[in-house]
Amino acid sequence: MELLKGRGWNFGDNMDTDAIVSGRFLDAPVEEAARHVFESIRPGFVDEVREGDVIVAGANFGCGSSRESAPEALKTLGIGCVVAESFGRIFFRNAIAIGLPAMVCAGVSERFNDGDTARVDVEKATVENLASGSSFAAEPLSGEMLLILESGGIMEVLKSMMGEER
Amino acid sequence: MAMTSAESILARASGSEKVEPGEYVSAVIDKAMCNEGFAAVFMNLGAAGVKRIQDPGRVIVIMDHYVPAPTERAATIHQLVRTGVEQLGITKFYDGRHGIAHQVMMEEGHVLPGELIVGTDSHTCTYGALGAASCGIGFSEMAYVLATGRLWFRIPETMRFLLSGALAPPLSSKDVMLKIAGDHSAEMAQYKSLEFSGEGAREMSVEARMTMSNMAVELGAKFCFFETDEKAEAWLAEKCGGGCEPLVFDKKAPVSSTYEMDLSALEPQVSLPHTVDNVKAISLLERTEVQQAILGSCTNGRLEDLRLAAGILAGRKVHPGVRLLVIPASWKVYRQAMEEGTLGTIIAAGGVILNPGCGPCFGAHGGLLGPGERCISSTNRNFKGRMGSDQAEVYLASPATVAVSAVAGYIADPRDM
Repeated sequence: MELLKGRGWNFGDNMDTDAIVSGRFLDAPVEEAARHVFESIRPGFVDEVREGDVIVAGANFGCGSSRESAPEALKTLGIGCVVAESFGRIFFRNAIAIGLPAMVCAGVSERFNDGDTARVDVEKATVENLASGSSFAAEPLSGEMLLILESGGIMEVLKSMMGEER
Repeated sequence: MAMTSAESILARASGSEKVEPGEYVSAVIDKAMCNEGFAAVFMNLGAAGVKRIQDPGRVIVIMDHYVPAPTERAATIHQLVRTGVEQLGITKFYDGRHGIAHQVMMEEGHVLPGELIVGTDSHTCTYGALGAASCGIGFSEMAYVLATGRLWFRIPETMRFLLSGALAPPLSSKDVMLKIAGDHSAEMAQYKSLEFSGEGAREMSVEARMTMSNMAVELGAKFCFFETDEKAEAWLAEKCGGGCEPLVFDKKAPVSSTYEMDLSALEPQVSLPHTVDNVKAISLLERTEVQQAILGSCTNGRLEDLRLAAGILAGRKVHPGVRLLVIPASWKVYRQAMEEGTLGTIIAAGGVILNPGCGPCFGAHGGLLGPGERCISSTNRNFKGRMGSDQAEVYLASPATVAVSAVAGYIADPRDM
């Protein structure tokens, strides 16, 4: 996988899935849900975020619901990677499953300001803050997770499996 | 070889002799539960060119999030679910007339000890009350599961909770989970598996254990287990004829941590906005007026919860400034509570009975909050905006605390009534 580089957005601890995509948008198309990401806690985020931006968060990012629209809405907005001290486990699974890299990285949230450029090597599991020059070791992803990410998500993996069967 | 419950089930499901925490396995899924998310799963399968799923007999589809359909959009999702169920040959289909998925799964005998079960809902971990390894996944992974019958898992570390003493009524197992969240944090069990044992766990009914395992995800846990004792066996005998291999904890298996907790020393707990772990003992809470009280949901909408509340509400009236909404966890619970008079008592006190379903709990419909309003709720989450307005507040508590507060008009101590 190529290196990911983008502006970092710093979020605190316990950013729950309702803050990412509210329950009122669960029956809506993801494009609609994406227009309201972080509306309740950080109004205006969707207008400022750019393609390739990186979320750098504290502990328990994406805790709560199993809604896949949470990572999907972030991906729809152009977020290239989510780095956090720890994740709600279902959010983490869903992020990998839809092809959005998610990296567990201790100590990262205290060393990132909004706008600092992040560089992430998903395969080598490293995260750098290019503004401050600091670098961090993230937890490596498993071989299967890397395969899913490289394929563009678990549905792409399934599609190629179905193709092989034919 | 000594293994924790999570290890032994994932080893069995992946055909391994022995597994270690941190290891990744590909495991065969015993059962897959879908709610209305099945519509998205069905679309995903279609997009991937999957015409036949691996084993329709292992799939259970239960509509519960939007029942009855509050919007045209929800009704359209329901139509897609029905089409998908028909096309894929799924016969275990509950079309919105049965209740909340987790309660229905347990009541209809779809949960057996030692099984590996995934569901498109974060509270799928509820089935650990009967000794199943169960957890939530998303729609894409569910499509993969339905197509292939398998999914990757990381072997979790295990935390053991030894519960001593018995809860003094009107306290309930909800108070125990809120206390744990408050003392530790909403991520104390991140990626981990929980095992509850000891006198305190044995004393709990299967229903009370379901509340515990339902709330496990609010601690970040992947699985939550109770042993299959005589109470669990009685439940299984009634729902599916019994004769199941029991889940017994291997006390020799190494765990990452062990906690001891004396339930007899507990006092009622309340989780304040906007995180589940923002907990206070009720005696430390300032006077907090509420405009809505919710009794029910997959967390606390079972018969013993409704009976406990009815016992408090009998001969009393809900405060005129409070809307008490009651959501039985299933139609079976609803009918029994109706036939035995429990619902009559609640209605006489001024409670409004809603259809069993998820409605207000996830902020979709049927009892949402306006700006500045406060709700005391026996549900499982109090995130900002969870139940309507971003400017509203949700406080979580036990059924008894909810009932007492509905009468008082403010969050009140059930021990005082």
